[in-house]
Amino acid sequence: MRVWVPLDAAARALGADEVAEALSREFTVTRNGTRGMVWLEPLVEVERDGVRYGYGPVMPEDAASVAGAIRTGSEHPLALGPVEELPWMKAQTRLTFARVGVIDPLSVDEYEAHGGLAGLRRAISVGPEKIVDEVTESGLRGRGGAGFPTGIKWKTVAGAKAVRKYIVCNADEGDSGSFADRMLMEGDPLVLIEGMTIAGIAVGAVQGYVYIRSEYPDAIRLMQAAIVRARQAGILGQSVLGSGHAYDMEVRVGAGAYVCGEETSLLNSLEGKRGIVRAKPPIPALEGFLGRPTVVNNVISLASVPWILTHGAAEYARLGIGRSKGTIPVQLAGNVRYGGLFEVAFGMSLRQIIEEIGGGTASGRPVKAAQVGGPLGSYIPHWNFDLPFGYEELASKEGLLGHAGITVFDDTADMLKLARFAMEFCAVESCGKCTPCRIGSIRGVETIDRIAQGDETGIAILTDLCNTMKWGSLCALGGFAPFPVMSALTHFPEDFSGRREPRREAAE
Amino acid sequence: MSPDDPAMTVPAIDADFLLRLDEIIAAHKGREGPLLPILHDIQAEWGHVPEAAQPVIAEALGMTRAEVHGVVSFYHDFRDHPHGRHVLRLCRAEACQSMGAEALADEVRAALGIDWHETTPDGRLTLEPVFCLGLCACAPSAQMGDRLLGRADLAKVQKLVAEAGA
Repeated sequence: MRVWVPLDAAARALGADEVAEALSREFTVTRNGTRGMVWLEPLVEVERDGVRYGYGPVMPEDAASVAGAIRTGSEHPLALGPVEELPWMKAQTRLTFARVGVIDPLSVDEYEAHGGLAGLRRAISVGPEKIVDEVTESGLRGRGGAGFPTGIKWKTVAGAKAVRKYIVCNADEGDSGSFADRMLMEGDPLVLIEGMTIAGIAVGAVQGYVYIRSEYPDAIRLMQAAIVRARQAGILGQSVLGSGHAYDMEVRVGAGAYVCGEETSLLNSLEGKRGIVRAKPPIPALEGFLGRPTVVNNVISLASVPWILTHGAAEYARLGIGRSKGTIPVQLAGNVRYGGLFEVAFGMSLRQIIEEIGGGTASGRPVKAAQVGGPLGSYIPHWNFDLPFGYEELASKEGLLGHAGITVFDDTADMLKLARFAMEFCAVESCGKCTPCRIGSIRGVETIDRIAQGDETGIAILTDLCNTMKWGSLCALGGFAPFPVMSALTHFPEDFSGRREPRREAAE
Repeated sequence: MSPDDPAMTVPAIDADFLLRLDEIIAAHKGREGPLLPILHDIQAEWGHVPEAAQPVIAEALGMTRAEVHGVVSFYHDFRDHPHGRHVLRLCRAEACQSMGAEALADEVRAALGIDWHETTPDGRLTLEPVFCLGLCACAPSAQMGDRLLGRADLAKVQKLVAEAGA
């Protein structure tokens, strides 16, 4: 009997290794990625008559009784029934994450049996020009946060003349509340390899790099192992699947600098320099890694390409709203009852996502706000949750879609503290190149400390400082750090005033 | 390498150190952008990037010592002195904060008797903050070596530390 126990870092953090070890004494255990229902991790699955039944969350101490239930088919309090029938799974449109949690992440055979490589084969048959057209027509935009149309970027690189071009995958997923890249690299690394290979063929690049943050050792290990398998299977190498196109790639490991998630800083880091932001122009598409034309795309952007090539641009563009086409892996994090990854077409409201899908807070207290898009994203107050989830829709409310991570806070959250943290984080992580970010963030911390001591004249200064940082910084770190600060200040002014008085605990 | 090679006169460098360093550099020198892979391997070997290694790397890669030092000092991961035998990392980022990471960090610091970036007097354990381990749906989180901890609390952290013999 085949049993699955996830190897995803979140499942491991909740005891999956111990559970897998206990179950492997009796069953053939396959380590899969996570289905994304992190509140059910470790989620054990068993296949009966082609249907996968789940048990979760299975703590190490539950392993023996779950093993008994699997063996005899008897009832168990942790039994969930068929996993695909769970409401969380049924409500999704899993395109990019279709195989994550389903297959053995390092099995090329299983990858192919579940639809893998079809996109690459079609890409090879239609050729570079048509690949770029298809990606452009799909409406795919950068899933890392900037939302730049992927097809246009590829077209620029394809049209650039150079002896050598590169595909660089930005897997420096530093945003708190985001884990889609990690989950994908751990659960289906081959789809990222396939997407990068398609990109390589499209623009004429023969070398790719995946720049993964050092905080993700599991993802690094799995990506490296998957690259070896892909070479063995002829997906990577001198002639990709026998097509005559050469493409190979390797993993590079970051060194704990948040700013390296910014593409030009990432390129400097990849070159072995300080991760300092470069002024644009020149754009990386023309002068990127080592000064050569480079596609820099986020993990999810690249991993979405195989589906688009397999099913066609029109099928992808059919989904979503406005200029936000296709699906987005929403990551529900922080103080939320049902945390995890939920892939869905753009357009759900934040309220549906947080309250219906996420089930409200984990603490059971009312939701106060949600930070959308990572440490540089706005705090959206609960009364603005009717906003549809899309790039322009969030921007219309001074919000940021970012990497689609949503961090939920209950009513005990102190927005002044969170605003201070945003400035402190910016100060720690600033690359130091531009003054508004380097100095502004430090002054920001000091000013918020003054406000915290009851000096409300600091509020006007903070507002002015945020304006300077927003318009005067070179990149999104200093330019966007004002968003969490100003959204906290604008929507929750009561957390910034009267600080001389001892702070009353909310709702007491 | 002969004893009167200039690098040999740098204090605290012995032949074994230089031999291993040369191996590491040679393993990456042909790559595009070799410096970070070299520094990662050095740190894995010695637990930090010894200052004595920097001029050797600089010469091998055709960089100035200042450039190499600039890179080493830029990244949070690279340390200029060894850490404890184990490194406990507690996440301080927003998702973990929403689930009480700040209070947990206070408890852990009190229990261990050390602050951020400090090492226990017996040299067993260093405490470091980390900004996101990607375990945001099971916050707060912690990491020690290969072990990860989700929905962490003081008891779980103490168990993790005890099991590692730290």
